[in-house]
Amino acid sequence: MIALNHYLWVSGLLFALGIAGVIARRNALVIYMALEMNLNAANLALVAFSKYNKIVDGQVFVFFIIAIAAAEVAVGLAIIVALFRRKQTVNVDELTTMRL
Amino acid sequence: MNVHDTLFWFFSIAMLLCGLGVIASRNPVNSAMFLVLLFFFMAGLFVLLEAFFLAAIQILVYAGAVMVLFLFVIMLLDIKASERRKFHALAVLGGFGVAGAFAWELRIILSKPVPPLATSGEFHGGLKDVVAPLFANYMLPFEVTALLLLVAIIGVVLLSKRDLK
Repeated sequence: MIALNHYLWVSGLLFALGIAGVIARRNALVIYMALEMNLNAANLALVAFSKYNKIVDGQVFVFFIIAIAAAEVAVGLAIIVALFRRKQTVNVDELTTMRL
Repeated sequence: MNVHDTLFWFFSIAMLLCGLGVIASRNPVNSAMFLVLLFFFMAGLFVLLEAFFLAAIQILVYAGAVMVLFLFVIMLLDIKASERRKFHALAVLGGFGVAGAFAWELRIILSKPVPPLATSGEFHGGLKDVVAPLFANYMLPFEVTALLLLVAIIGVVLLSKRDLK
């Protein structure tokens, strides 16, 4: 029988993979994709809690998260495009303008 | 093992493998394709959790709109030079170290089953159940989200202007 803990395990492992991707990768676009994975992991945990506690609010939160993630992706990708236009790279190692 | 359990194991294992594919692929296009697959498996898990509306939204918004945007930007920026670059050994070590520490923490937290809240509601995550609270309890956040989307649109238009004055 699949319990709440199983879903939380999957969600947590997906979140861990997302963290690993954000830290390990140097390509700004792939870092963004790993961030999307993190958001999805949180969504899965919220939906699982919503189902097993029989409260609809978790799913409403996920609805908001999806809307805000879409806006965030649009702005983030516009920033990456603007950055690429100026520096000709999306490698975060070479974006050191703000380093002291 | 019934159908629900089998589907759960299939969707979750496939989803985690796709997640590994996203962060391990050298080519960003492959990463994006793995991410699309991941979103589909996530939608499958949502269906298992009876969140039918969110499963539809997941595919329409994430796999549809967001990933098309990602692929569009990947194709727009011709980043062949960076895909051949070696992985940073220290960064990879650090990344998987942090992820391992997180998984260890998870093992401790989830060693006992999470107790359920004392509620006795009943709903199925269809369109009506999820959307009705948006026009009742969550009216203000809903309007603020609409404003946020407008701000995002204006911000993107400004950011993509060639000369910011």
